[in-house]
Amino acid sequence: MAEPLLDVRALSKRFAGSGDGVFAVKEASFTLQRGETMGLVGESGCGKSTLARLLLNLIIPDQGSVVIDGTVFTGAPRRAQRKLRRRVQIVFQDALSSLNPRMTVGVNIAEPMRLQGLGTATERRAAVRALLDLVGLRAGDSERYPHEFSGGQCQRIAIARALILRPDIVVFDEAVSALDVSIRAQILRLMLDLQQRFGLAYLFISHDLGVVRRVSDRIAVMYLGRIVELGPAEELCRAPLHPYTAALLRAIPIADPRRMRVNDLGLTEGEAARPDKRMPGCAFQPRCAQRLPRCAHEPPALATLSTGRSVACFLHSSADHSTGLTRSDVP
Amino acid sequence: MSSADDVVLEVRDLRTRFGAAHGGIVAVDGLTLQLRRGCTTALVGESGSGKSATALSIMRLIDPPGAIIGGSVRYDGRDLLSLDEIAMRHVRGARIGMIFQDPLTSLNPALSIGGQIAETILAHETVQRGVALQRAVALLERVGIDHAASRAADYPHHFSGGMRQRVLIATAIACNPEIIIADEPTTALDVTVQAKVLRLLHDLQQEMQASLLLITHDLGVVATMADDVAVMYAGRIVEYADVDSIFHRPRHPYTQALLGCMAGIEDDRQAPLEPIAGAPPDLRALPPGCRFAPRCTQALGSCQQQEPALQRLSATHHAACLRLDAMVDG
Repeated sequence: MAEPLLDVRALSKRFAGSGDGVFAVKEASFTLQRGETMGLVGESGCGKSTLARLLLNLIIPDQGSVVIDGTVFTGAPRRAQRKLRRRVQIVFQDALSSLNPRMTVGVNIAEPMRLQGLGTATERRAAVRALLDLVGLRAGDSERYPHEFSGGQCQRIAIARALILRPDIVVFDEAVSALDVSIRAQILRLMLDLQQRFGLAYLFISHDLGVVRRVSDRIAVMYLGRIVELGPAEELCRAPLHPYTAALLRAIPIADPRRMRVNDLGLTEGEAARPDKRMPGCAFQPRCAQRLPRCAHEPPALATLSTGRSVACFLHSSADHSTGLTRSDVP
Repeated sequence: MSSADDVVLEVRDLRTRFGAAHGGIVAVDGLTLQLRRGCTTALVGESGSGKSATALSIMRLIDPPGAIIGGSVRYDGRDLLSLDEIAMRHVRGARIGMIFQDPLTSLNPALSIGGQIAETILAHETVQRGVALQRAVALLERVGIDHAASRAADYPHHFSGGMRQRVLIATAIACNPEIIIADEPTTALDVTVQAKVLRLLHDLQQEMQASLLLITHDLGVVATMADDVAVMYAGRIVEYADVDSIFHRPRHPYTQALLGCMAGIEDDRQAPLEPIAGAPPDLRALPPGCRFAPRCTQALGSCQQQEPALQRLSATHHAACLRLDAMVDG
């Protein structure tokens, strides 16, 4: 495989707090190829937004690094960092609050270009016009203010702003979560069209595995700061390896009363522990129906199986067996 | 939808305005709905469609200058809309329990959770405080709070989001209501927690043979929970049917489009994403005729002139669409 466009190497970030503080992200590693979409899924507090901010160098990791196209982004000299920053952009959940309310839409969209010192005012205006057209808004909208637009339209504006520097990678952090179903489909379609057109790589972060499955080539599942499973989207959803991935999938209500009623919803013991709680073993182990004695003492590392899929779970550890089979196959 | 004797509550032609008489909006415009004993009715729609306004109207919790400007809510042989405030207070919280989306803001942060549940009981029944507190502990146990006796003394911030929602459910069922109204009860919860809260709501409702009015924008939640479904769009019900008909024989173009969006999103990677073009109308400037017509791919010329009424298609299926009128008449 070619050198990845994005290489995330063992990122860890701890926030100060009582005791040992809070491990928001622990040893997260993955790669992203040009034109690929990686879905990052997990429940609230699992560290997915912190991971996004680490990728963008908006916060500095305690350990690990982010490498873009062979160049280290983390801790790079200012000038290099500034240039690399053009290549990764982000779209947030709440589009309206991510836009400056006192700037017109046109100025908002052009702002990254201005901050990077790129183009003349005329060139920036032309770029804004082209982008508005691209995201399905009118050229005249550039003179209006963000509050005049609906949630879905604001998300289009935020996408236009993310694209003005012609990035290679766009991070979508719960970017469609606040939108109604009919609008969500519009924005997802726009994202997929833009990706095809420009060969963009996406990191699509969401708590909603259904949506993640729809748009992603591969999916990484996070639980309490760690990536616990990573693999091709369809395989991961069809035959999850990690008990937590399986629990997530079973808990999603299917929009078909013939396929699922409330008594078919899978129930998982307990709730996620607070991330500041010290846990020597696997973080999911207290809720896991398949836990082994060692799970309480040793944290399983994310290991790649012979199938190419990765999972952090002793049920699939290569020490027991190397093919990623189910527990009943373990002697 | 059903024989008159299992109907516990009947809303007829409800109209509710938010804001002042001039310049306000009519958030609910002519809504008719029946809640059946022991059954779950889902009220589904996108934001601003009037789902929550309907719930608040049934509970008579519309803040002035907003007001309920028409219709009736028949419950227990009376019209709730014509009760005086004292009589209404005996219904609200006692006969009809309510659960909101955000448990943290609907719980009193300065009162222990046991105390809050006891207070609900004391507001409606003449029992001693000690008895009410004992019942509160029993209720907490029933909704799945471990160590209920000691946790009753804890405050809302000591609980996780899912546990707070359980506390709120305990409060809602404290007086054994006949009707439970739950407004987006699991929207703020993680999916593994949502599954458990949905199951709890369902089990309690079955046990109590209560009617559940479940307000949600999530079609997955609707499909798993509902017996009857009312689909709202811009303040009106556009389709009202049993759950199987809604998902397998939807007749209104809006319901069809909504399900199409979901299928594209959730089901099949290869299936095209088929968004509904445009956005719901501004309630201040409604289009003439059918409110969905400007976004409807099946609209006829007459759709822009005439507002369709909810038509009976079968004993359990109603839809408001002129194309169906033509079929029914012909």
